[in-house]
Amino acid sequence: MSERATFELDGVEVPFDDGQTVLQAALSAGRYIPHLCYHPEFTPHGSCKVCTARVDGRTVATCTTPARPGMRVESETEEMNGLRRTLVQMLFAEGNHFCPSCEASGNCVLQALGYDLGVMTAGFRHMFPVRPVDASHPDILLDFNRCVLCELCVRASREVDGKGVFALSGRGIDKHLIVNSESGELGDTDIAVTDKAVEVCPVGAILRKGLGFAVPIGSRRYDRRPISAQALDDAPRPREGGHD
Amino acid sequence: MDRARKDAAPPDPAVKAALERRGRDPGQLVQILRELQEWHGWLPPAALAEVARELGITLARVRGVAGFYAFLAREPQGLYRVLFADNVTDRMQGSQALMAEFCRSLWVEPGKVSEDGLVSVATTSCTGLCDQGPGLLVNGRAIPRAGRERLVQVRELILDRRPIEGWPEDLFAIEDNVRRRHALLGSGLRPGEAVKAALERAAAIETERAASDRSWREGVPQDAEGPLVMLREIERSGLRGRGGAGFTTAAKWSACRAAPDGTRYVICNADEGEPGTFKDRVLLASHADLLLDGMTIAAYCVGAREGLIYLRGEYRYLLEPLEATLERRRRAGLLGRNLLGRRGFDFDVSIHLGAGSYVCGEESALLESLEGRRGIPRNRPPYPVTHGYLGKPTVVNNVETLCAAALIAVHGGDWYRSIGTAKSAGTKILSVAGDVARPGLYEYPFGVTVREVLEEAGAECTLAVQVSGPSGTCIDASEFGRRIAFEDLPTAGAFTVFDDSRDMFEVARNYAHFFAHESCGFCTPCRVGTSMLVGILDKIHRGRGSLHELEEMSRLNPVLQASAHCGLGHTACNPVLDTLKRFRPAYERRLTSLRFAPDFDLDAALAEARRMTGRDDPGAHFEGEA
Repeated sequence: MSERATFELDGVEVPFDDGQTVLQAALSAGRYIPHLCYHPEFTPHGSCKVCTARVDGRTVATCTTPARPGMRVESETEEMNGLRRTLVQMLFAEGNHFCPSCEASGNCVLQALGYDLGVMTAGFRHMFPVRPVDASHPDILLDFNRCVLCELCVRASREVDGKGVFALSGRGIDKHLIVNSESGELGDTDIAVTDKAVEVCPVGAILRKGLGFAVPIGSRRYDRRPISAQALDDAPRPREGGHD
Repeated sequence: MDRARKDAAPPDPAVKAALERRGRDPGQLVQILRELQEWHGWLPPAALAEVARELGITLARVRGVAGFYAFLAREPQGLYRVLFADNVTDRMQGSQALMAEFCRSLWVEPGKVSEDGLVSVATTSCTGLCDQGPGLLVNGRAIPRAGRERLVQVRELILDRRPIEGWPEDLFAIEDNVRRRHALLGSGLRPGEAVKAALERAAAIETERAASDRSWREGVPQDAEGPLVMLREIERSGLRGRGGAGFTTAAKWSACRAAPDGTRYVICNADEGEPGTFKDRVLLASHADLLLDGMTIAAYCVGAREGLIYLRGEYRYLLEPLEATLERRRRAGLLGRNLLGRRGFDFDVSIHLGAGSYVCGEESALLESLEGRRGIPRNRPPYPVTHGYLGKPTVVNNVETLCAAALIAVHGGDWYRSIGTAKSAGTKILSVAGDVARPGLYEYPFGVTVREVLEEAGAECTLAVQVSGPSGTCIDASEFGRRIAFEDLPTAGAFTVFDDSRDMFEVARNYAHFFAHESCGFCTPCRVGTSMLVGILDKIHRGRGSLHELEEMSRLNPVLQASAHCGLGHTACNPVLDTLKRFRPAYERRLTSLRFAPDFDLDAALAEARRMTGRDDPGAHFEGEA
């Protein structure tokens, strides 16, 4: 290995390239930091805060914190995992997440994080918001009940699909996903079932119609491997090459 | 596709006018929407669609921005939109009962539009009229002292359908209430005097003048001695930001000056939203020239040619007077090109209005708003000093900080440093309100004790003081010897006084509602946490609280402290923590159980069935209720 700058993650040296954030460098070095709204193909924006770790004494979102030589990152601590557990509980309490009846069960990042972080109880009183379902599109179902406001579909539609189908409106606890049509319905947008925005949803908010339970529960992505292992497979690994 | 058909709708003249005024610039989206709101009283869907089409941006983006700001209404409002300020000081002046009475008298439900479409009534966050509350906004215009008498008058004017332009002027007369002047409020400087002084500081060095003239037009007067001389004076003064965080002003200006990019901006943060603060209202109303002198000096130091004032929407009534001041200064050669005859010294200022969002007082959220987006704080680094407005190096300073810079230009850094304490140079203007005989502005050298302020303002039987608003610190009588200074009690200016008749639990609950209402919703901990905090406090308020709730609150706090995206989330639990620590009985006397009490009251839920069946015998009640 040539002279790459490094920082310390839980006592282990992690090399990084210029412009990488702490999370990006960790993942490409094969080190897992729990995360939700981060996706290797998109600019990190740091809203879910699940990837928070202690960096040189301060707690910050590692997905947006630029890696600097010599920094000391504490991630796999009970304190940080406790914090992440609470954040995941908050997301569960905020929306309407009923895993047993959700088509995304087993493929869902929120659920997988819950299992991996050891979320055993709801922790907070559920808010049970009233959110309608948008079934106006022939091929795509939009279930706002399961939206975790990660903005991945917003970013994907804008940056990859070049469409801007999704955006956020409202603020605070009323913040919500909206779609780009006068009627406000997905069926009136130019979204296509092949769009990146459809594929990228980490939960069961954007689903393809007509594919229900094509893969049986028990054989799905995070049924087979915990997210902490799966996420490393998904991360770009410039040096060693990825698993295919 | 489906749009082409709907294009048949006639174009909206208000949309056309707003777009023309704003140069069809998507970056001006907040201003365009705000002007449409003023014209229509709300934002009709057709107008939003037209704005999106004309600006070439998605309708979803337009709706997203419209949905972020509290003053932008996406539902029809009454011909008269009446907003009652809901700060704790307004409540102390009876705003809740007054609003209920006002609604009854007009047959309108809070949050709704009256059947005849005449009036809609709702609450809004602190309007900066705490010294002359309760505060009211009617169609965006501020009315102070909105007590019973005034509200009767307002009601009559509404029922008469009198256009608001024709309402008696005295309704809108807002007092300065300056109770104590020191260096800043008593400066007595003439317009431009401080800018002139700043230029003259280096006049002795003749050689630098040519260098300054030459380099200015090229963007950064790196080699100019004049700006550096002034900057050194700011450094010597020890001036720190007055918005609360207390960052060293000279360091901020130097970093901006040193940033490589050529175009720079000076932005005045006049989005004074911290509940209980109203000092900027007075500085903008009566000391605007001092502020503009300060902005011009900042521009001189960093090499900026453009300045912006981000004026909070609640101070909409200050827009015209400020525009008039800008115009007067342009005529006097104090804004525009070649200021004070100095060739190449160009600087002008424009004003942007906010539209009801506290978080836009955070400097990077403010920049987002200025650029026509939802007011979400940015990720940092990079910082605004290198990547600010439109990605250019930008200085964002509080109104009071810029005014202080003007004083330093005239009197020098050593003079300024001689006022105040070792770590807190100069004076601080306090916005004193609540249970005091003489509410208003008090300017003290840093280091003044809370007790001295209380005495001068005529406070009696004081139970607590909220220093620097809900994001600051709540202290009790044992701490009144503490000092207003960065090294003890730092403050952005709010000084809200509660006497022993007040219930500190309700104070904290009001503040918690404020934070939940103003959370931008970007990050999980703040979006969900502030809302949960409200849920817990409301449950205790309903008499269904237990120790479980107190524990739950103490669980939320570290999560917000550790992981929230910005200061709003970091400080959102402060009012509850401070009052729990100092006034715990105010919480405990409300608890019904030491373990857990469900929020759902089965017996109360049976009330409707009892009414329907006309029963009230023991058998119609749930006996198991504790």
